[in-house]
Amino acid sequence: MAQTAFAPWDDPDERPLIEFRGVSKRFGDFTAIDDLTLNIFEREFFALLGPSGCGKTTMMRMLAGFESVTEGHIWLGGQDIIDIPPNKRPVNMMFQNYALFPHLSIWENIAFGLKREGRPKDEIAARVDEMLRLTRLGRFAKRKPHQISGGQRQRVALARSLAKAPKLLLLDEPLGALDRKLREETQFELMDIQEKTGTTFVIVTHDQEEAMTVASRIAVMDEGRLVQVATPDVIYEAPASVYVADFIGDVNIVEGRATPEGAGLRIDWAEGQAPIAARSDSAFARGQSCHFAIRPEKVTIDTERPDRPNAFRGKVIDIAYLGNISTYHVELAGGQMIKAQMVNARRLANRQITWDDEVWVGFTETAGVVLEG
Amino acid sequence: MRRFSWFNATSLTLGFAFLYLPMILLVVYSFNESRLVTVWAGFSTKWYGELLRDQEFLDAAWVTVKVAVFSSTIATVLGTMAAYVMVRAGRFWGRTLFSGMIYAPLVMPEVITGLSLLLLFIGLGIDRGVFTIVLAHTTFSMCYVSVVVSSRLANFDRSLEEAALDLGCSHFAAFRLVTLPIIAPAVISGWLLAFTLSLDDLVIASFTTGPSATTLPIRIFSAIRLGVSPQINALSTLLIAVVTLGVITASIMSKRAAVAQARDEQAAIRAE
Repeated sequence: MAQTAFAPWDDPDERPLIEFRGVSKRFGDFTAIDDLTLNIFEREFFALLGPSGCGKTTMMRMLAGFESVTEGHIWLGGQDIIDIPPNKRPVNMMFQNYALFPHLSIWENIAFGLKREGRPKDEIAARVDEMLRLTRLGRFAKRKPHQISGGQRQRVALARSLAKAPKLLLLDEPLGALDRKLREETQFELMDIQEKTGTTFVIVTHDQEEAMTVASRIAVMDEGRLVQVATPDVIYEAPASVYVADFIGDVNIVEGRATPEGAGLRIDWAEGQAPIAARSDSAFARGQSCHFAIRPEKVTIDTERPDRPNAFRGKVIDIAYLGNISTYHVELAGGQMIKAQMVNARRLANRQITWDDEVWVGFTETAGVVLEG
Repeated sequence: MRRFSWFNATSLTLGFAFLYLPMILLVVYSFNESRLVTVWAGFSTKWYGELLRDQEFLDAAWVTVKVAVFSSTIATVLGTMAAYVMVRAGRFWGRTLFSGMIYAPLVMPEVITGLSLLLLFIGLGIDRGVFTIVLAHTTFSMCYVSVVVSSRLANFDRSLEEAALDLGCSHFAAFRLVTLPIIAPAVISGWLLAFTLSLDDLVIASFTTGPSATTLPIRIFSAIRLGVSPQINALSTLLIAVVTLGVITASIMSKRAAVAQARDEQAAIRAE
C-alpha cells in the first residue's frame, strides 16, 4: 500500500480537533473524571474503553454538553466549548438506546435536526434521502420506530445523528443492543460510514473486541483516569500496566523479581524453577518486583521439551475447546497456572494432548511484557 | 374449580348495589311520567323536554360548562408544568416540601379550601362570579392533573429530550416537539379528570360564587331544598352521563397510552 498510515497523533504539527485540558468532574464527593488531558484528532475513530463506572460515559456527556465540567477546559476546533449548551455545539450523539422519537416516522426522525436549523425544504429532503441511502433505510422511511428491527433502529439513530454533518459524532455503546452476529457486521458498516463521511467518531464501549475492531486509537480508562492511550496493536502487544494487560484480551500474569542480565532481564518467580528470560525497554533495578505478562497465543504447548529460551514443565488441568482454537490450562510445579493457546489446525480426533498429560510450555524472550509493580 | 362461589356472587351483588342502586333509581325516575317523584306512572321523556325549556337551568348549565372548560384548561397547563418540574428538576432544596405542597389540596377538606379562597377574594376585593369559581376550581383540580402527568413523566425516557437538545432544540422546543406529543394522552386524561371534577363540585363553588354565577350543582342543591322534582332527576341523569363519559374517555386514553408504551418497550427489549 502506497498510502501513508493515518497517524496524526505522531505528527507534532497536527492540531487536535478535541483537547481535554486538565478536565475534572465531581459529583459531590465522587470524582468521576480526575484531571484528564487528552487530544483527539480530526477523522479519528477514537474509542473510550473501560468497565462501567470508569468515567467514559461522563467524558462523552461532557463533550455533548449534557454534563458540566467541574474544572479544566475542553476545546473543540479551537473553541472552548464548556459554556456552550448542547443545542449550539457542532457535536451530535448517538444514544445507547437510540432515543428515536416514537411519534415520528423514520424520515421525520432523520429530518428533525435539519428542520431545527431552518434549512429550505428541498435541501432537507435531499439530505434525508442521502442519509437513507447511506444507511440503506430507504424502504422504511415512512415507518414508525416500533415497526422496524433493532438493527434498523440502530441505523436510523446513526443517520439522524449524522444528518447535520457534525464535526464530531459521539456514539454511546452503539452496538450494545444488537446480537453478536449483527454487531460484527455493524462494526464494519460503522467504519465504512466513518470513512465515507470523514467525520470524527468518538465511541464509548466496554467491549474490548469492539474497540479493537473499529478504533484508530483506544483510551483505556479506570476510575476517572486514562491508563493508556494508544493504537489497538500497542494496547494489545505493549500494555502499559497490569490493568490494561488484564482488561484487554486474555493474559497470563506471573509475579516475580527482575534482575538485569546482559541485554535482557532475568525474572525469578518461584522457588526451584528456572528464571524467565525476557526483554524490556524500561530499566529495572536489581531485585525490583515486577509482573510478567504474556498472551496465551504466544505460549506453545508440547509433549517434548521445546527448543526455546523459556520452557517449563506442567500438567494439563483444563482444556477450553472453542472450535478454531483450544486453550490449555497448564499447572506448573509450584501451582502457577499458565494458559497456552493452540490453533486447531488438525481435527479434534488427532489431538495428542489431553487432560492430566505432562506437557512443556514454552515462549521466546520477546513474547511477553515486563511491567513494573 | 368453581370460580364463582355463592359467597363471591353475593358480595359482588351487595357491593355494586350499594354503589349504584341510588343512581339507578334516580335514572329510572327521571323517565317517570308522574309529577310525584316516588310514584311510578309510566315511561316518559317529558321532564327532559321541560328541562330544555327552563331558562334558569340552561343558564346554570352554560356557566358550569364555561367554568369547567376554563378551569380544567388552566389546571392542565399549571399541573403539567408542576409535574414536569417535580420529575425533571432532580434534587433541589425544598423539593420534598414543594411536592408535598402540590399534593396537599388532594386531601384538604373542601370546606376549608372554599373558605380560604372566599377570604382571599374578599380580602383582594374581587367580585365573586364565574371568574372566581374558575380560579377556585383550577386550584384544586391542578393537583389531580399533576398526579396523572407526573406518573407518566416518571417513566418517560429522558434521553429522548437529550436527543432533541442534541439535534438543536432549545429546552422549550424539546418539550413542545418531543415530550408533549409523547405524554399527550396523559395530559388529555388529566384535562378530562379536571373537567369532571369541576362539573361535580358543589362545596367550593358555593363558597366562591356570587349572585351572577350559579352552577348546575348549586342550582340542583337549591332546587332540592324546595322539594325533589322530576326535572332535577332528568338533569342529574344528564350530569351522570357526561361525567361517566369523561371518566371512561380519560381511562381509555391512559390505557391506550400504557399499551403503546408497553409495545415500545417490548420492541426495545426485542432489539436487545
